Amino acid sequence: MWADRINGPARRVPIWALWVIGPAPAIWFFYLGLTGGLGAEPIKALERELGLVALQLLVATLTITPLRRHLGINLMRFRRALGLLAFAYVSLHLAVWLLLDIQDAARIWADIVKRPFVTVGFTAFLLMIPLALTSNDLSLRRLGPRWRRLHRLTYAVVILGAVHFIWLSKGFQFEPLIYLGAILGLLALRLRRSRGSQRV
Amino acid sequence: MAYRWKNDLRERDVTPEPVWLDRRAVIAGAAGLGLLGAGGAARAETLEPNDWEDITSYNNYYEFGTDKGDPARHAHRLTIEPWNVRIDGLVDRPGDYAFEDIMAKMTVEERLYRFRCVEAWSMVVPWNGFELADLLAMAGVQSGAKYVAFETVLREDEMPGVAYPVLDWPYVEGLRLDEAMHPLTIMATGIYGRDIPKQNGAPLRLVVPWKYGFKSIKSVVRITLIDSEPPTSWNKANPREYGFYSNVNPEVDHPRWSQATERRIGGGLFSSRIPTPMFNGYGDEVASLYKGMDLKKQF
Repeated sequence: MWADRINGPARRVPIWALWVIGPAPAIWFFYLGLTGGLGAEPIKALERELGLVALQLLVATLTITPLRRHLGINLMRFRRALGLLAFAYVSLHLAVWLLLDIQDAARIWADIVKRPFVTVGFTAFLLMIPLALTSNDLSLRRLGPRWRRLHRLTYAVVILGAVHFIWLSKGFQFEPLIYLGAILGLLALRLRRSRGSQRV
Repeated sequence: MAYRWKNDLRERDVTPEPVWLDRRAVIAGAAGLGLLGAGGAARAETLEPNDWEDITSYNNYYEFGTDKGDPARHAHRLTIEPWNVRIDGLVDRPGDYAFEDIMAKMTVEERLYRFRCVEAWSMVVPWNGFELADLLAMAGVQSGAKYVAFETVLREDEMPGVAYPVLDWPYVEGLRLDEAMHPLTIMATGIYGRDIPKQNGAPLRLVVPWKYGFKSIKSVVRITLIDSEPPTSWNKANPREYGFYSNVNPEVDHPRWSQATERRIGGGLFSSRIPTPMFNGYGDEVASLYKGMDLKKQF
């Protein structure tokens, strides 16, 4: 079966490879920002690129289960690393916004409270913290079935991420809507399944 | 009516080339002698124009795409010769005015202006252009006219961005007649003494330096004098976020971000924000236009 042609080599890729490749875009964008490669306004550009990678990584974590279930491609062992990398990128995105973009503690808080698209993005970040903290074997054992329930928060996080993207765009733009569409599609695949069985 | 406004301090006035590095000292000295008002020194400090690269590579011109680099990438496809501007509505001499004929009659001068985008970034641009008032006088404004409506060229085959309904095309803007007649209001046809690049709105665009950048409509093909407030593109797209006036106002936030500060383009990854002045620093010249208005409501 052709899925095995992916599963075979995928099994031989060590998890640490993700930890080597994962930070590369962040380093690359930061380097571009320092050297003029991100254009005349590198701060917003860096902020945007990091946020986009974060969203893409989150979408990637959502594809793991449907890939296995519907196509027989098993990439399950990479999911934790993808999720933690997504958290790292959200954190970097937030750090650039705090330290390079807004630069003012009072204004940062005002933005989080007053501006819905910031509130939504920041909420997604907060929801990711318990997920990141419990992304280890010990927590998985200790929490048992509660771990699975807790990690369904991912669905909320990804939707909030997409809403944040749509909301911050000026005018009517397709790209953020495509992300939301893909996310809802990936979640719908789970809904159908959950009617038939208890597992989500 | 040209030359009705002078930059209070121009780069070259304050800065004899040999003492380029002593610019700050020159300004400080002038301030010390009481030659400058309280705001004068700060204004002179920030009136260093952005370089050509910044001005021509970081643009909002959604007809060519929503990325800041899209206009520079795609605007070369725009044909600007021949170019006509239709001036109609409440004017004595309506008609299609050829760009060359307009230029033959107008007095082009240099205007070094702050340019503040609604997205809270800013530049300083050495425009070349003529006063809009002169163009309107050419067409003969009738007494019933109270507003001026503007329209950007719309060409599906030359503008890849208009395939998407980001805004209701064509882009339209408007000014109250007194705003349009103000000496600060110009039609820009150049930057740094060169023809204005297509991504900046060639061959002629409006520049209203005390309003957010989106009011300064690009590549104008139609100017209509009317008696009521015309629809404007961003206001139609989101009236809660973009008002008809859209004067630069640090006290009225955009619903999604603060307008109290701005980032001057060109400072790199670690540039700090600077305070945004009321009317983008042109309050002395234009505040009287809005006397008695609640600028928080009529934003």
